[in-house]
Amino acid sequence: MFNLLRDEKKRALLIQASGLFLVLAIFGYLFHNTQLNLEKQNIATGFGFFELEAGFDIGEALVEYWSDDTYLKALWVGVLNTLKVSILGNIFAVTLGVLIGLGHLSNNWLVKKLCRSYIEIVRNIPLLLQLFFWYALLTEALPAVKQAMEILPSVYLSNRGLNIPFPVNTANYGFSLFGFIVALIIFFFMERKRDLKQIETGVAKPLWEKLNYTIFLIPILIWALTGASTEFEIPKLVGFNFNGGYTLTPEFTALFVGLVIYTAAFNAEITRAGIQSISKGQWEAAHSLGLSQRDTVKIVILPQALRVMIPPLTSQVLNLTKNSSLAVAIGYPDFVSIANTTMNQTGQAVECVFMIMIVYLTFSLLTSIFMNWFNKKFALVER
Amino acid sequence: MKKLLILALLSSSVFAGKTLDAIKKRGNLKCGVSTGLPGFSFPDSKGNWKGIDVDFCKALSIAVFGNASRVKYVSLNAQQRFTALQSGEIDVLSRNTTNTLTRDTSTGLNFTTPLYYDGQAFMVRKKSGITSAKQLNGASVCTQQGTTTELNVSDYFRANRMKLKPVVFESNDEVVQSFVKGRCDALTTDASGLASERSKFKNPEDFVILPEIISKEPLAPAVRQGDDEWFDIVKWTMFALIQAEELGLNSKNVDSFKKSKDPRIKRFLGRTPGVGKSIGLDEKWAYNVVKLLGNYGEIYEANIGINSPLKLKRGLNSLWTDGGLMYSPPFR
Amino acid sequence: MIQSFINDFPKWLKKNLFNTPVNSVISIFILALLWKAIEKIFLWLLVNSVWTGTAATCRQADGFCFPFLFEKVRFIIYGFYPDGQLWRPTLAMLLLFGTLFYSRIPERWTKKLVYTWFGFFTLFFWLMRGGLGLPIVTNDKWGGLPLTLMLATIGIIFSYPLGIVLALLRRSNLKILKTLSVLYIELIRGVPLISVLFMSSVMFPLFLPEGVNFDKLLRAQIAIILFVSAYMAEVIRGGLASIDKGQYEAAHTLGLSYFDTMRLIIVPQAIRIVIPPTVNTAIGMFKDTSLVLIIALFDLLNTTKTALRDPEWLGFSLEAYVFVGLIYFVFCYVMSKYSQGLESEFGMKER
Repeated sequence: MFNLLRDEKKRALLIQASGLFLVLAIFGYLFHNTQLNLEKQNIATGFGFFELEAGFDIGEALVEYWSDDTYLKALWVGVLNTLKVSILGNIFAVTLGVLIGLGHLSNNWLVKKLCRSYIEIVRNIPLLLQLFFWYALLTEALPAVKQAMEILPSVYLSNRGLNIPFPVNTANYGFSLFGFIVALIIFFFMERKRDLKQIETGVAKPLWEKLNYTIFLIPILIWALTGASTEFEIPKLVGFNFNGGYTLTPEFTALFVGLVIYTAAFNAEITRAGIQSISKGQWEAAHSLGLSQRDTVKIVILPQALRVMIPPLTSQVLNLTKNSSLAVAIGYPDFVSIANTTMNQTGQAVECVFMIMIVYLTFSLLTSIFMNWFNKKFALVER
Repeated sequence: MKKLLILALLSSSVFAGKTLDAIKKRGNLKCGVSTGLPGFSFPDSKGNWKGIDVDFCKALSIAVFGNASRVKYVSLNAQQRFTALQSGEIDVLSRNTTNTLTRDTSTGLNFTTPLYYDGQAFMVRKKSGITSAKQLNGASVCTQQGTTTELNVSDYFRANRMKLKPVVFESNDEVVQSFVKGRCDALTTDASGLASERSKFKNPEDFVILPEIISKEPLAPAVRQGDDEWFDIVKWTMFALIQAEELGLNSKNVDSFKKSKDPRIKRFLGRTPGVGKSIGLDEKWAYNVVKLLGNYGEIYEANIGINSPLKLKRGLNSLWTDGGLMYSPPFR
Repeated sequence: MIQSFINDFPKWLKKNLFNTPVNSVISIFILALLWKAIEKIFLWLLVNSVWTGTAATCRQADGFCFPFLFEKVRFIIYGFYPDGQLWRPTLAMLLLFGTLFYSRIPERWTKKLVYTWFGFFTLFFWLMRGGLGLPIVTNDKWGGLPLTLMLATIGIIFSYPLGIVLALLRRSNLKILKTLSVLYIELIRGVPLISVLFMSSVMFPLFLPEGVNFDKLLRAQIAIILFVSAYMAEVIRGGLASIDKGQYEAAHTLGLSYFDTMRLIIVPQAIRIVIPPTVNTAIGMFKDTSLVLIIALFDLLNTTKTALRDPEWLGFSLEAYVFVGLIYFVFCYVMSKYSQGLESEFGMKER
């Protein structure tokens, strides 16, 4: 027995085995209890409810959904709604965050202090409170739907949300948007290539490189070729609500604004720290080489700062996605909200909580994979 | 070591006993109520719970302990209410909960006899000019997540080929607040709930409840499946409240019936033994409930009746002798 | 003094606000905006505000409604805690602040501090719960600020040792335990807190044998501890990673066992290094306690929401949110300043 304990390898094995056994025993015990409780209390188990009729309506959905669709469909609507607010939210939060982070390093005292105050205030107040605040503001301060404000021609703002015209031929605009994204990516690569060339050869960019911008003719071309439709559906007040066009509901807007403003403060702090981590010598060297301020930031500072910034930014991207689950408190039908309804209607708490966890784990995993790829591709290549 | 730990964990399950024994041993009854619905269960400004659901908790406490104060109120939201009961966090759920087939079977609950027969309705602003639920096509309707109301309103709109824009919240407060602020055109919940909410409004006369009742909502207390003894106590405590009203007994006059020759009253008040022994309680339990709390009519009037802020007529909740549904099997 | 200020001020202005034409435009724009905002806030908070009266007086005015706060502040801060016993949570909170204030200096982090905290908790729970001469107040009546502070403090203190164990396991070469630790940390960090709270609220009761159950508050507290420990583990792992390899080797040559090396040499150093990020995690958690609102616990944010639904005082959400927002802000701001202070102090020593 003592020999066993003295031999380091065997001891390690023993510790591990008992640790594993303990964990398995605890899990087994909890699982056993759960099973016993469920059985005893005659609670349904399994995912059979997926195929049942959900029976409830959902306020906003990206795919067509009716109350006689299945629970599975309803949950899918929830997943899409979560993705919608997370993807849009992250794009805006990162952009706003980087801008504010740069603003914090501005040589204008006012800009600097303003950005600092923004960061300090927003970071130190719970997100849930901020969401309630935005939601209260949107529903209390805005006029009733009958007195909706027409802020732009055919754009109406009321406590039922923002109603905007929407193209009738969605495919036409969809293709064109896709073209724009492709053009943006190509443009990004072309710019990088040019910058790298400049670094290598030291030759400043020739004027004809401005032609790069012509890439943005692609989406317009696509638009023209696939129909060139100019027909828009105009929101109209019919009966109780605006019909036609696209509606940004107060629930979505409050959640979106709240998440963006909250996360941007953290992103700004990350940007500031990232840029400040670059030594002063780098700036001075770049300046003495005759690079402009803009080129210094773009070619010298940002690529290096990015290396420091990406890991913490990744966790902020994940945080925003996870925080979107607070939607349940202000009535936006995200995944947690719909899983919660499902839980109430079917009484199958174990399955529903399990599903929430799996879905968010999947989101987290996919985001991590994407950000790691991004990190490898863009932050480390510079070395 | 680890085996010891598991043994220790396992041994704790030995204490699991019947609900009534557990309540007696603990010295209080854990009663699940809402997070705040005036007339049913609502904390007053001093934090004391009031309402008809709360009074039912008290009736149970009297039946078991002979004392109305042995109740611990656990406030639960819609999501937590069933699990709390399943897990034994509460002994009885008295929280305006609708009895449905699924809930009674696959969620592990047993519903007892209804405490209040309700039906779902709509409330709108008076100045909207709406007089019937059939005019609600395309309306935004505020409702609470995970309730039968959420399902009923979908059914109703579908059946009448109308378009529904649901605005759904997790908490009842949020639902009502949003309606008041004008986020929705209509608010839907049980008719009693609408009356209850309207009574809280600053200007109740600006709102009307539409005449259509779109569903049946028998609101009943529920207990866990698998404990018939406790199920019987909860069921018969409710019947005792109704029976007392049928017999004309109330908290003020019950003592004057002590010498009554009516065999029904003698049995009910425990002077002829039987009603206590067969259910596992004190022979005087029904007497105590009436004496200390009152009969069903008294509880009703005090909390939600015509003289309360809710101003609800008895309607379906009248005794069967008055054309209602409140009916107690014989106490014998 | 004043003279030099008058002389230097234009220079300062020129240097900091108007050094380039673009900056000048931006500065003027911001100044105009600020002026507007300050004017609005000034009018709302001081000129048009109502100090006495009822809800009706407030509705007529166009400013901050102080009567609302005066009426509701008791419920917002203390929740359902019985009248006449309010000195108890007040004293409990003051004790907490005192203990925290005492613990702020790193030199005091010795065994004595552990005993101090132990003593504090005994007192805290005695005050809150009662017994031994005080009337009992069961925990379904606890609420508001004391509850928020309790959830946060206990959450931090208990998640810390758990975090250390997880971090050590994650860095150890015991493959199985390492895997388990990694799984736990990544699993928890991959899901939102709300799902863990749901689990504590609706699933946890099913895990236990029939007849055994904890109350809601304890379950939420356990959920918070389990959740935060994963984040603490990552913070501490960062600290462990930053410790020089030489330290391990030196300890090994001295013949110290793994356990002693960690206990006496590595962990104490790592903890010191990670105090600032730990405080940041603590701030995050303090804010996150507001999520217990979703499982119907009456924390500071939920008592606020409850106060707002009083039919008498409908429509003063701005006042209420600004008030509790300020409370949260003060706590978080003080903590973040403390963390920054420590950071620079530690930084100084290292140089």
